[in-house]
Formats: sequence, C-alpha cells, structure tokens
Amino acid sequence: MVQELNQKPVIKLPTGIVGLDHITNGGLPKGRTTLVTGSAGTAKTVLASQFLYEGITKFNQSGVFVTFEESPDDIRSNMLGFGWDIPTCEQKGQWVFVDASRQPNETLVVGHYDLTALVARIQYAVEKVGAQRVALDSLGAIFAQFTDVSLLRSELFRIAWSLKSMGVTTIMTAERTQEYGEIARFGVEEFVADNVIILRNVLEEEKRRRTIEVLKFRGTSHRKGEYPFTIIPNQGIVVIPLSAIELQQKSSKLRITSGSKELDRMCGGGFFRDSVILVSGATGTGKTLMATEFMAGGALNGERCLLFAFEESRDQLFRNAIGWGFDFEAMEQQGLLKVVCEYPETAGLEDHLIEMKRVIEEFKPNRVAIDSLSALERISTAKGFREFVIALTSFIKHQEVAGLFSSTTPTLLGGASITEAHISTITDSIILLRYVELYGEMRRGLTVLKMRGSTHDKNIREFTIDAHGMHIGAPFRDISGILSGNFTRLVPDEIQRMSNMFMDDDIEK
Amino acid sequence: MNPAKLSLYVAGNNPKTEKLIAHVRSLCEQSFGADVLFEVVNVLEHPEIAERESIMATPTLVREYPLPRRHIVGDFTQTDRVLQALEMNFQP
Repeated sequence: MVQELNQKPVIKLPTGIVGLDHITNGGLPKGRTTLVTGSAGTAKTVLASQFLYEGITKFNQSGVFVTFEESPDDIRSNMLGFGWDIPTCEQKGQWVFVDASRQPNETLVVGHYDLTALVARIQYAVEKVGAQRVALDSLGAIFAQFTDVSLLRSELFRIAWSLKSMGVTTIMTAERTQEYGEIARFGVEEFVADNVIILRNVLEEEKRRRTIEVLKFRGTSHRKGEYPFTIIPNQGIVVIPLSAIELQQKSSKLRITSGSKELDRMCGGGFFRDSVILVSGATGTGKTLMATEFMAGGALNGERCLLFAFEESRDQLFRNAIGWGFDFEAMEQQGLLKVVCEYPETAGLEDHLIEMKRVIEEFKPNRVAIDSLSALERISTAKGFREFVIALTSFIKHQEVAGLFSSTTPTLLGGASITEAHISTITDSIILLRYVELYGEMRRGLTVLKMRGSTHDKNIREFTIDAHGMHIGAPFRDISGILSGNFTRLVPDEIQRMSNMFMDDDIEK
Repeated sequence: MNPAKLSLYVAGNNPKTEKLIAHVRSLCEQSFGADVLFEVVNVLEHPEIAERESIMATPTLVREYPLPRRHIVGDFTQTDRVLQALEMNFQP
C-alpha cells in the first residue's frame, strides 16, 4: 500500500456538549476514533448518545449508533429523559442504529470467522444517512459475544480503520474495572489508543463525584486533569471547565448601594457594581439581614435582585424581612426580586451550580445574594466545594453583576470558615460580622476588612438591629482583639496614652 | 412438512467463497436431503439483510427451519461438528 504523505494538522470537531469542547480545546479529533472508558455507571452511553444528538441538532451532522449492549428501544426511551427525541431523528434520516445487541438465541462457533458482516453494516449505515459521527457502545459486550480476543482486537482495529477511511469521527466506549488503573478491559486501548477520554464516578466521603479526563489526544492539544461534570434532565452531560476561568472580567467604577447608607459610607461610597462581596460571621450576627438589605437596596433603585437561600424557607425569609421593614412580597410582584429557596441536600453541588447559572441567565439580575454559601459546604468534599466556589464566583463576575455571599463561621467568637479560605482572594470585598462580649453583654461588631480598589473605614463599629434593619454605630474604642475572639478591654487612660504616643509633637503644640 | 431452510452469509464473491458455498451446500443436503432451501447472501452486496437478520460475523450459517433458529459461525472445516450443530434438536 502506498502511503500518502499528507501532513495535515489534526482538526477538531466540536461535540456541542457543554464544557467538553472547552477541555478538549475545541472538540474531538476529526475523522478519528476516540476511546471513552469508564467503570459501570459513568455515563458512557449518555456521552455517546449526546455526541450524536448534539451533532444532529447543533451542526446538522447525521450519526450512526452501533449498539452492542442495550437494545435500540432501550436507548430511545432512556435518552428521552434528556429530551432527546431519537425516533424523530431516525425518521428524518439523521440517526440510524446498527443493532449489534440482538443475540440470536443460539450461536455456535465452529472454526475461523471475521466480522466483515458488522463492518459492512456499519459502512452501509454511514453511507445511508451520510453520517459524520459514529458511536460504538460498548465494546465490552462484543467480547462477551465472541470469545476470541485476539481476533476481536484485529477486527475492531479493522472497524476503526474503515471508519477513519470514511472520514467519520467516532466515539468507542469501553468498560474499565477500576477508577484508577488500566485504561480499559481486554486491552482495547491497544488498537484505538490515539485518543482516550476517561469518565469517573468516584465515591469520596460518601459522596459521588463525576469527573471527565482527557487522557490523551495524539497530535493535538487538550486540557489536562479531571474536570467535574454532571448529568441533568433535558440537557445531558454538562462539563464544568474550571480552567475556563479567565481573569478577563471588566471592571466598573460605578458604585451601588449595599442597602445601608452607613455601610456604603464605610465602603467609601458603596460596593462596586461588578464586585463580589463576602460577608462572614457566626450564626445570628446578621448575615441574612445584610443579604436582605442588599436585595432591598437594589430593588428600591429599580435593580433586578436574585436571592438564593439555602438555610431558610421562603416564608421565614419573608417574615424576617417584614420584621426589618422590607416587603419582599411587593418587590416580587414588581418583578424586581426573585427568591430561590433550596435545601442544599436536594441536589449535588454540580447540579446546584448549573441550576444557579440557569436561573441567573434567565432572570438576568443586577445583583445576586447567596445566603449562605457555607451551607453548601456540607454536601460536598472540600475539593469539590472549592471548585464550586471558584466556578460560581467567576461565572457571576462574568455576568457583571454584584454578588454578595454570606458565610457562617464555625465558632461564635473569631474564627474563619472553609468558604473564606477558598474565596477570600477572589472576592473584592470582605465584611466581617463578629460578636463582641462587652460587660456581660453580647454585642455585634462590623468591619470592612477589604475593599478592592477603594479606601474604606478601618474601624470595627458596633451595629444594632431593630425594626428598621441594621444600624452601624460608633467604633469600639476601648476593646481590642475582637477579630480573634480574645478580647482585651483597655481602660480609657490607656487609650489616651496610646493615642498620644502616635501623635506628632507639632500638632500638640 | 416444510423443507429445511438455511441461509449462508458470506463476504464477497470469489473462489474462496465459491468453495465455501459448495461445501456448506453439500453438508446441508447431507442433513436434510436434496429439497433443502438454500440461500446465499453476500453481506458486502446486501448489508441491509445482514442488518435485518443481526448477522455480525462471516461466514454465518443460519438454520431458519426447522426451528429452533440456530446460527453457526465459522469456516465449517470441522465437518462433523457442523453436521452435529445443524441436526441438533431435529428429529426428521
């Protein structure tokens, strides 16, 4: 055979699967076969089906689905849950099944054979619909049907080769026995090893976490490492590309109100319009109030406000708001406020992220509050939570809306939470709410710890809550160590003496 | 009683397949007599039939009748085993 000396670079075929095209740097290598491996329940069939379906609906590229395992009927009804109407595609001649799942009742193998019939069927199907995409799912089943492993390998190689010569882009799925071990059973990778994607569904701290990893793409680039993904109804696989986060968000000098005039003053005139603000405090220090004021302040200015509540029910929130003098109901009727209450445990973290993104894109708010972000900590592993916070923060920043996240500290006095550790560097402002024990009484203190791009009040001020919301008062003068929770009261004489120490002599004169 | 019906699926049309067809035809006649219905399908020419009948491998001999339907995959060189498979569960 004469080899043509064409040195065309590898072209990528966008899959249309959200996030996957990002981590593959543009899609699957066009005209080649990509092996997708994963243990049981890692969504291999979903990925294979979605690859074809997105091709049809987004790029008008027909597809052939070669099924070795599930019957076409099973696949048709299983994929209906994602809103993928395969029968209609079949009627339009965009999707065709090659059913290699049907096992004749009795098959007896006597002597040598090859899979020419299967190859011919696949070729026939590809030509019939002018397919550009082919999915073979899953190779494990064919090894159960025919036992001659070395023959199957060479036959599968032949299938891959013939698909390549037809110029179609192919996904082959194969089982693997462990999450971290050999790539696939039966040494499948040996003949279709050009491109390998691994799907995982790892159990970690009693929580399942799905990830996708591009192990290799021969001759072309891809992003490295595992990326979380989730499977959601009516959409299928959604990959969450963490590295997609680019520090490119625009920055605005425009200020918006925090909902409290006093706090605006402390922040040097309000929050920036596209900043992310973290409010940290122990339980009962006024975080929900701050989120409520933030919402109300926006709604009063005619801004669209979105509140995600993970700790309190709608009724509780609305009642509390009324107690502070804000009528959430009226704001909702005006269409300026949307309150989404959800118990963190109702879904996985990835699902929450996607749902929140969807609501944000749909409602198009000017400001978003999350009360509290730390409530979501308990449904995930530390690593998963960190990824979530980064993905959410960057998404909100890209939308150019103001975000206020509250975070509960685990201890009453002082302390920091995991949430803060994760996002303190990506937030633009941090407000600390702390209990201050003063003469046998618990009082509340507030300070603006950080205010990116602006000067701010550095005092720790007392704040009180009444029927009109929060009020920020005078700084705590005769007490120190509030943030650490180790208070030391200083007698006024001492304060006087210390202030004098730093005073310029000239001024005294 | 209906005569026996068998279908042989082969890939291509060449001296090798010709030889195979003749061989299998004679095996079938040995088992079911001269009035056996014997059909040959070239999967390269008729992939749609292979699709309809779920044929994966070539050569495949399908005993359509008498029932039960039975697939025999292989090159049929082990004559006695093929005959055994053809006649299994079959009482003339």
